[in-house]
Amino acid sequence: MSQSSTPERLRFCDLKPGMKVRIIGCGPECPMTDRLADLGLTPGAEFEVKRYAPFGDPVEIRVRGCSLCLRGQESDGIVVEPI
Amino acid sequence: MITERPFTLALVGRPNVGKTTLFNALTGSRQKVANYAGVTVERAEGVADGGGLRVVDIPGLQSLRALSEDEQVAQAVLMGGDQLDAVAVVLDATDLERCLFLFSQVAETGVPMVVVLTMTDLAAKEGAPVSLPDLERMVKCPVFAVDAVKGTGMDEFIAGVRRAAPPMDAGFELGFPPAVKAATLRLSERADSPPLSMRDIRERLLFPVGQESGEWDKAVAAEREGLLGSGIQPRTLDAQTRYSWAAHVLRESAQGQHPGRALTDRIDRVLTHRVWGVGIFLALMYLVFASIYWFASPFMDGIEQGIGWLGGLVEGALEGQPLVQSLVVDGLIGGVGAALVFLPQILILFFFISILEGTGYLARAAFLMDRVLGWCGLNGRAFIPLLSSFACAIPGIMATRVMPDKRTRLATIMVAPLMSCSARLPVYVLVIGAFFEPIIGQWGAGLALFLMHFVGVVLGAPVAWLFTRGRKRQAVPLALELPRYQIPKWKDVLLSLLNRGKVFLKTAGTIIFFMSLLIWGLITFPRADDPEAAYAPSYAALPAEVKERIDFDAYVEQQLMADSALGRMGRFLEPAFLPAGFDWRMTTAILAAFPAREVVVPSLGILFSPGSDTEEDPGTLRDSLARAQWPDGTPLINLWNAAGFMIFFALCCQCMATLAVIKRETGSWKWPVIAFTYMTALAYVLAVVIYQVGRAVG
Repeated sequence: MSQSSTPERLRFCDLKPGMKVRIIGCGPECPMTDRLADLGLTPGAEFEVKRYAPFGDPVEIRVRGCSLCLRGQESDGIVVEPI
Repeated sequence: MITERPFTLALVGRPNVGKTTLFNALTGSRQKVANYAGVTVERAEGVADGGGLRVVDIPGLQSLRALSEDEQVAQAVLMGGDQLDAVAVVLDATDLERCLFLFSQVAETGVPMVVVLTMTDLAAKEGAPVSLPDLERMVKCPVFAVDAVKGTGMDEFIAGVRRAAPPMDAGFELGFPPAVKAATLRLSERADSPPLSMRDIRERLLFPVGQESGEWDKAVAAEREGLLGSGIQPRTLDAQTRYSWAAHVLRESAQGQHPGRALTDRIDRVLTHRVWGVGIFLALMYLVFASIYWFASPFMDGIEQGIGWLGGLVEGALEGQPLVQSLVVDGLIGGVGAALVFLPQILILFFFISILEGTGYLARAAFLMDRVLGWCGLNGRAFIPLLSSFACAIPGIMATRVMPDKRTRLATIMVAPLMSCSARLPVYVLVIGAFFEPIIGQWGAGLALFLMHFVGVVLGAPVAWLFTRGRKRQAVPLALELPRYQIPKWKDVLLSLLNRGKVFLKTAGTIIFFMSLLIWGLITFPRADDPEAAYAPSYAALPAEVKERIDFDAYVEQQLMADSALGRMGRFLEPAFLPAGFDWRMTTAILAAFPAREVVVPSLGILFSPGSDTEEDPGTLRDSLARAQWPDGTPLINLWNAAGFMIFFALCCQCMATLAVIKRETGSWKWPVIAFTYMTALAYVLAVVIYQVGRAVG
C-alpha cells in the first residue's frame, strides 16, 4: 500500500485483514491507553491485522511478533496510519 | 545446630513462557498450592535442590502495573512481602521483546535477579537465535538457558541463583528522556517531597492518581503539564521507553527479527475460521461433555460401590447402636460420599481443560466466543469458568481468578451456579423418566434432558447483563493473547490435576461433612423413643389396600421422616409451595436438598417409596412418583408441576459448597447471600408460573 505525502489517518474500526499499520497515538478519550501501551501498542509501534472473530469482534493483530486479540470498542481510541 | 532458612527464589514471567513447566521441573511433586493470606490468589510453593532452595511460583503477568488480582499479589510479593532472596525472571526466547518489558519493570524494584531463558531451540529454529553473553551484558544480571522438559541447564541455573544481583547496581538504565529525569529530580528535591523512591516519583509524574490536593501533588501536576507542553505523552511514555530499551537489547543480543509462526498461522487459518473454526469448536465441546459422561461413569460406579461397601462394613460394626449407626452410615459416609462421587467428572473435565490450555486452544476458544459473551456483558475469558461450571460450579468459580476485570469476574461468579452442574442430572433423569418419557418417547426424553442444560444458559445471559450494568467500568482491555500451538506437557497436566483434586476435596469435603451432619440431625430428630410402638396404632387403622402397598417397617420410616424437624418444616411451608403445585413431601425434599442438591433423590425415595432401595432400582421411585396422590385422590404430579420441579432444581442455589466458595472468592458474605436470594427467587417464580400457566391452559 503506497502512500502519498499526506499520511492517511485511520481509526481502529476502519482496519481490514491483511493491513499493516503504524500507531500514531491514542485519543484522550481512550480509557485503556496505559494497558494497551504495556501490551506493546505504543505510539510508533507497527502491527498487522490478521483476522476478525466470527461475529466481527474481537480482531487478532500481530504486534511485536505476537498475536493479540483486541475488542474494537476498547481499541477505538487508537489512531493509525498505513505503512 | 543452627537451622538455616532456605534460599528463597520467586519465579516471575509473562503467561505462556514455560514458567509452570520450570517450576514443576524444579520442585517435582514436592509442592503445595495454598492461598495467599487475605486474598484469593493461589500460591504454589515447593522446594528444590535437596531442600536448600525454596521456590515460589508467582502467577503469570503481562505487566507489573497491577490490574488483576493475580497481578496485585505478584506486585506485593516482589515489593518485599515474602522475604525473597532472589527473583528469576523467565523470558521466552520467541517472545523476547515483551518479556523484556516485564523484566524492566521487575529490575526497577531493586531485588536481586537472574534471568531464565526458555524456548531457545525454537527461537533458533524460527530464525531468531539469542546470544547468551550479549543478553547477559545488556540485562546486567546472570542469564541461564534452560529446557525444563529435557532437563538441560537446570543444574547451572540452580547453582547460579545464588549469584543473583540487582541489575540497577550493575548500571541498568532505561533511558527516560532528559526532561522526565529533570522533572523527577526537581520533585524529589522539594522540601515537602514524600519519602518516595525516584522510580515512585516518576510513576506519580507519568500516571495521575485520583486525588491530587497537596502542595507537592500540585507541583507534580504542574510538571506533568510541562511535559505535555514539550510534546511528551506522559501516559504512554513509560511503555514507550521500556519498549525502546527492549528493542535495543533485542538488536544487541538476538538477530533482530521476530521468530516466525508459520505452523501456528496455518493451524489458526482453520481453527479460528468463521465457519470451520466455529464448527470445530462446537464439535470439540460436544466431545468433551460426552466423554465426561462416558469416562466418568465406571469410576463413579466404583466410588459408589466402595462407599456402599464401607457403609455396610461400618453398619455391621455398629450393630446394636441404631442412632450411632445411622449417624455414621447415613449421615457421614452417605453425605460425604455423595460429594466424592463427582470427583471423577471434575478431574476428567480438568484433564481436558489443561490439555486444551497446554496446546494453546483455549485462547482460540475465548477468541471465538468473546462476542457472544460480550452480548451479556461478559468477555471471552468467562468462557472457561462457565464451561467448568457444567461439571461443578466450584472449580468454575475458582477459574474466574484469571479474569483481570473485577466487574466481569463478579458477574461470571454470580451466573456460574446457574449452569447445569452434574449434580442436577439425577433429578432430570428421574423426573423426565417418570412423567415425560411415557408421553414424548425416548428421543423426546433425550431432547428434554439436553434442553434442561440450556435453561441456566438462557437465564444466565440476562442475569450477567444485569450484574454488569451500573457498575464502574474498569479500564481493562480484553487483550487476549494467542500463543503458539504446543504439545501439552504431561507432567504439568498431571500435577495440575493433582492440585485441583486436592482443592476440590478440601473445599467441598469439609462443608459437605458438616452439612451432612446437620441434615441428618434434622431428619432424625425429634423421634419417638420406641417408634414401632408409637406408630403401631395408626398403621393398624390404615385401610387394608394401603397396608398392602406399604409394610410396617416402611410405614415407620416414612412417619419418622414426616414427624422429624425437616418433615414438620415441609408441612409448615407447604402453603408457600402450593402455587407451584408441590405438596409437603416435595417441599421437604426441596428443603433437604438446600445444603447439597444431590440429596434430593434419596430424600424423595424415603418420602414416596419407603422401604425400597431406590439406588438399586430407580424404577421403583419413578412408579411411586407417578402413583402419588393429593389427599383428595387426584394425581399429585402432572406434566406442569413436574416441569416446574425440574426447573426449580435447575435454577435454585442448592449447594452450600458453592456459596462458601463464592464467599472465599469475593471476600464478602454479601455475594453468596445475593446469589442464593436471586437464584431461589428465580426458581420459585418460574416454578409457580409454569404450574399456573399449565393449569390455565388445561
